[in-house]
Amino acid sequence: MSEITLRNVSKIYGSDDAAVNNINLDIKDGEFMVLLGPSGCGKSTTLRMIAGLESITAGDIFIDGKLINDIDPAERDLAIVFQNYALYPHMNVAANLAFGLKLRKVPKDQIESRILKTANTLGISELLTRRPRELSGGQQQRVALGRAMVREPVAFLFDEPLSNLDAKLRATMRTELVKLHNDLGTTIIHVTHDQVEAMTMGDRICIMRKGIIEQVGKPLEVYRNPANIFVAGFLASPPMNLIEGSFEQEGDSLKIEVSGITLTIPAHFANAYGNVHSRKDVILGIRPEDIYTDSNDGRYTCMETQVVAVEALGPETIMVVKLPGGKEISARLDRSFRAPIGSALKLYADIERMHLFDPETEKAIVAR
Amino acid sequence: MAVASVETSIRTGSMTRVFLYLVLILFSLFYLLPFVVMVLNSLKPLSEITGGNMMALPEVWTVEPWISAWATAQIGIEPTGLSPYFWNSIKMVVPAVAISTMLGALNGYVLTKWRFRGDTIFFGLMLFACFIPFQIVLIPMARVLGLTGLAGSTPGLVLVHVVYGLGFTTLYFRNYYMAFPTELVRAAQIDGAGFFNIFWRILLPSSGPIIVVSVIWQFTNIWNDFLFGASFADLDSQPMTVALNNLVSSSTGVKEYNVHFAGAIIAALPTLVVYIVAGRYFVRGLMAGSVKG
Repeated sequence: MSEITLRNVSKIYGSDDAAVNNINLDIKDGEFMVLLGPSGCGKSTTLRMIAGLESITAGDIFIDGKLINDIDPAERDLAIVFQNYALYPHMNVAANLAFGLKLRKVPKDQIESRILKTANTLGISELLTRRPRELSGGQQQRVALGRAMVREPVAFLFDEPLSNLDAKLRATMRTELVKLHNDLGTTIIHVTHDQVEAMTMGDRICIMRKGIIEQVGKPLEVYRNPANIFVAGFLASPPMNLIEGSFEQEGDSLKIEVSGITLTIPAHFANAYGNVHSRKDVILGIRPEDIYTDSNDGRYTCMETQVVAVEALGPETIMVVKLPGGKEISARLDRSFRAPIGSALKLYADIERMHLFDPETEKAIVAR
Repeated sequence: MAVASVETSIRTGSMTRVFLYLVLILFSLFYLLPFVVMVLNSLKPLSEITGGNMMALPEVWTVEPWISAWATAQIGIEPTGLSPYFWNSIKMVVPAVAISTMLGALNGYVLTKWRFRGDTIFFGLMLFACFIPFQIVLIPMARVLGLTGLAGSTPGLVLVHVVYGLGFTTLYFRNYYMAFPTELVRAAQIDGAGFFNIFWRILLPSSGPIIVVSVIWQFTNIWNDFLFGASFADLDSQPMTVALNNLVSSSTGVKEYNVHFAGAIIAALPTLVVYIVAGRYFVRGLMAGSVKG
């Protein structure tokens, strides 16, 4: 049971630029919040400040309304799972789980029953007498998770716990963590640079860059309505195609000229973008999955392209094509689709799903 | 470890092997010879040494010189043998090694896991202790011992050796703990462990190799020290090295070479034992951290 609130929180190391720059974030009770961003974006620093492992340069952090800036990490009653698991190498699994409880003077019989319960939940009962170095990566991961769970903390902090696992195991652990969260209902803050983790695990995701928060929202909301160019280009793989272009007014209709293609914005859509008439330059964003090989009875806009590369992934084919103006974009097409490199290819874009961004502020131009 | 050494060793022809072994055997004979001479002569009656060949095997084997060196030989003005001084040395070495190793570990812990402003400068200054010649500190140290009332006592010698050894032990532990994953410390902090709990329960249990290095280094240095023992000890706190000197350089009576040899071996024995018991960990400890396992 805990809400975690960050108010104008900053972290500055020495005379460098702020690692975390004046961020505000409300994490609700029981929420699975994912902090997502490239390395160096300040997500881990933020997590460590919440944990109490880093001092806070400015601002306040509250847990359930209580200011915790100056409270010892041990007394914040949070549990961390680290990327490299950080299991105590000289203790067996049971002792690793018991360590925090012993220090908190939990009665012995209770320690035992809690360890057994946690070990059962995670399926590590047979490992209790083993040392960490005798365990596989996946098992160590579970033990690290168990060490956090057995404490029954007010919130879990996950610092990229899945990034040392191989791809298959990572996928399994993703679903398991989500299941675990549903069962426990404890607040979780999960730091990752993997947008698949963010999309699949988070109740909400908080995308960070260079110490500031770019956008917070439910995964699909953020996917559908990226607030700016960074978010648009970071989420999903392959990411949204971003093409510089300019507006042109032709009679009643509004057109965009991008890389040698003129797209007519449908009348009702143009009205929605009514506030952009005055702008000349614009960045158009279109997701690879909104590009098709058929015109859908003329509803999609045709683009003359040239094939640059074909990535047949199995479930889908990623086609990298060049627009007449030279800009390369990627399209996510049917798995059976093939075209020789260098050949001309007609592709169709679902203009209804396009995004527009202001090149100066990099912010999304929101439809009214 | 074993697998790694097989993989990294360079294959050589058998002729090269034979040559290598010959050279190594020659060198080890060269190094062992003085020790062999000492042992042989310590087991001879004096007459065989004065009247014969130092290199020859004893005609009559006797442990008399050893008993004499240990229990009855004239040391200075007392015919006590080396035994009381041996215990003096033990009483000095054990606490000095233990304290300097513990403090060094604590320093290393603070310098790597609880870093503070100016910690590298602080560490640099501590390293100076490794380079200061003994002679320079003699007079200031005498003054300090006088002021603290520890002059001429075993605790005084312990203090001297702890202070002098701290630079080395800090260096060892600091470098060892640099490679110790900080996330373990963080995990323990979150688990509720405080400063000393983390040190005691997380770092120390993983410090075996470097503790061995520190103990061997400190033990050998303190046990073999002559200058501080000669300068700061009274008769009843004199260490083994000083007593051995008094035994050998006595200017009255007959020079009992066989007793001198036996005494010298007795004086060297503890360091030898420490090396034999812990030596293989010594190299491992020195190497620790330099290669990722």
